[in-house]
Amino acid sequence: MSWRRLWAIVIKELRQMRRDRITLAMIVGIPVMQLVLFGYAINTNLRGLEAGISDQSNTAGSRALVMDMLATGVIAPVARADTPEELMTMLRRGRISVGIVVPPDFERRRLDGRAVAQILVDGSDNTVQGAAVQLAQVPVDNWVPDARAPMRSTPNEGRISIVGFYNPQRRSAVNIVPGLVGVILTMTMVLFTGIAIVRERERGNMELLIATPLISAELMIGKVLPYIAIGLVQTSVILALGRWLFVVPINGSLLDVYVAAVLLIMANLTLGLLISTRAQSQFQAMQMAFFIFLPSILLSGFMFPFAGMPKVAQWLAEILPLTHFLRLIRGVMLRGASLWELWVDVLALLAFIVVMMTAAILRFRKRLD
Amino acid sequence: MSAGDDGIAIRVHGLTKRFGSLVAVDHVDLTVPGQHVYGFLGPNGSGKSTTIRMLCGLLTPSEGEIDVLGLRIPAQAEALRSRIGYMTQKFSLFDDLTVRENLEFMAAIQGVPKTRTARRVDELIEQYHFSDRQKQLAGTMSGGQKQRLALACAVIHGPELLFLDEPTSAVDPESRRDFWEKLFELADAGTTLLVSTHLMDEAERCHRLAILDQGVLVADGTPSELTAKLYGHTFIVEADDPRRAQRALVDAPEVLGVAQVGNTLRVLTHAGGVDTGGAGQYLRDLLGRAGQVVKVHAAQPNLEDVFVAVTRKSRQEERMA
Ligand SMILES: Nc1ncnc2c1ncn2[C@@H]1O[C@H](COP(=O)(O)OP(=O)(O)O)[C@@H](O)[C@H]1O
Ligand SMILES: [Mg+2]
Repeated sequence: MSWRRLWAIVIKELRQMRRDRITLAMIVGIPVMQLVLFGYAINTNLRGLEAGISDQSNTAGSRALVMDMLATGVIAPVARADTPEELMTMLRRGRISVGIVVPPDFERRRLDGRAVAQILVDGSDNTVQGAAVQLAQVPVDNWVPDARAPMRSTPNEGRISIVGFYNPQRRSAVNIVPGLVGVILTMTMVLFTGIAIVRERERGNMELLIATPLISAELMIGKVLPYIAIGLVQTSVILALGRWLFVVPINGSLLDVYVAAVLLIMANLTLGLLISTRAQSQFQAMQMAFFIFLPSILLSGFMFPFAGMPKVAQWLAEILPLTHFLRLIRGVMLRGASLWELWVDVLALLAFIVVMMTAAILRFRKRLD
Repeated sequence: MSAGDDGIAIRVHGLTKRFGSLVAVDHVDLTVPGQHVYGFLGPNGSGKSTTIRMLCGLLTPSEGEIDVLGLRIPAQAEALRSRIGYMTQKFSLFDDLTVRENLEFMAAIQGVPKTRTARRVDELIEQYHFSDRQKQLAGTMSGGQKQRLALACAVIHGPELLFLDEPTSAVDPESRRDFWEKLFELADAGTTLLVSTHLMDEAERCHRLAILDQGVLVADGTPSELTAKLYGHTFIVEADDPRRAQRALVDAPEVLGVAQVGNTLRVLTHAGGVDTGGAGQYLRDLLGRAGQVVKVHAAQPNLEDVFVAVTRKSRQEERMA
């Protein structure tokens, strides 16, 4: 292993990258775009959601509760229904995104301190879930017809129940931004190195390189190093924007966040390299990168809760670097955990890196056949 | 030193490469002496690139033994890498690096000591006339300039042996002459060069050459040896209507090749047991029967005649087998 040759590869990659406008634009463009798109799509402060109302009680008290909900501005009434079933049909057809059900025994429930109303929400849309949480904050006992009835100081604990359809989990920007770091790094890093070797083969550079004393490890490591820096730039962009736009906290240590990011970056880069030694063309490399990307998004716990997945899917997910990274980053950023406490996932990522890098170096042959 | 103990740089025996059912290189025996410009002449697809790649250790032979600079290839290919330079048929430097950056990169990869790199790069920039284009991106240069840069990069570490695969195929005649000047300078300085080409005038410049046809080595030797050994006779035919005369000759069994040169025809016939006089008479009779009034002179054979003769011969033998 010669440091001189390794360094020459690094410098060459950086120089080529500097002259490649599209790649440069991708490095910063993708994180910004994704963050803004995802971030605003999950903004919980929505207003004017279409709502259907089924007030089966129709007492002064129930009407007042509905009025209070409307007064928040979060929902706008577009339909009335006699039964909750009608509301569910409207919900399914997409005519409304929120249904409010006040049962016939509203007054009785209120006196007993039980749940007095139900909010049906279309859980296929994250934003609506957030809106429902806001609605559920409307005080139930503001309007008291009978002075003898007890006043409640903490009126809302469980008094209005939220029933989510299609996606029972609720998430918010705070939960998603850390995951987004992982998703963006997975998307860009695998792609960058995925095409790195194939591109040189397509352009004919490889035939020249393999006829020199350059060894595979120098070539592979030299190709990975510059992209670690790129990945860290991307990580910083996402964290800074996440903080600025969505006030996402970093409860743990910033160093731990970056260490976790480096682990994921390297895992993805080495995976990309392996793809690159296999693919016949840049297009094929991109297809393979996409083939990795899809399960990463779906199974890692970014989209759907890990615990709710079938066993087979969980096993598969354990192979994906993003799964382990999500546990690390959520632990560090949101729960304030340290990497030491999360050593299992750190170890899993390290193992992944070693296996992929070795496989890539071994698979790369200094031969044309 | 540029060769094995006996002054032989490359020794190849029974070298064969198959791609599936295609035999790209077919039992080639080859001896390349050191400090020579050795030519590989053959039409496209005759196996020149495949042979060179096997000699560099980039392709594994299907059969045969290779000895390059005293090393067994492909087993000892790694030890060979630092002692050779290889200029690929397709431009293989980095289009998005400048002239200087490409040279610096290759210097580092080829292990030119760090302290000597800047001086070596300056020297090559000077020698190869890049002084005013050091900062130009390689991808924006002309064909001739690219080839010059590729050669400069191939020799940056002072290799003993240079493989050049059709180095001048995308180069204008003027640059081609300059390029060959450089090759002879390198040979004079003690480098062995193996150059493939499909151009006769280039082949004629080589010290020695091998003619490849469909993967088979059909002839080798110095250009004058090859023309002297020519298996056939060459004539210049002056006819009133060269095109009709050509049609009359082209399918005759004794005629190996007919090429129009200006208003005359250059005709190559089989040796076939007759002397030059007999063959000339045969042509006159043939053209007379076709109603052509012609003059036929014997001519000095050149390399192109040799090429036509040996490739025709190998094809006819193939047909008979
Ligand atoms: N990697 C390969 N796979 C299959 N066939 C090949 C490969 N490389 C070369 N060939 C075939 O081998 C023959 C010789 O090719 P090549 O050595 O490139 O000829 P030349 O350099 O003389 O033009 C051609 O028919 C070509 O199509
Ligand atoms: Mg070729």
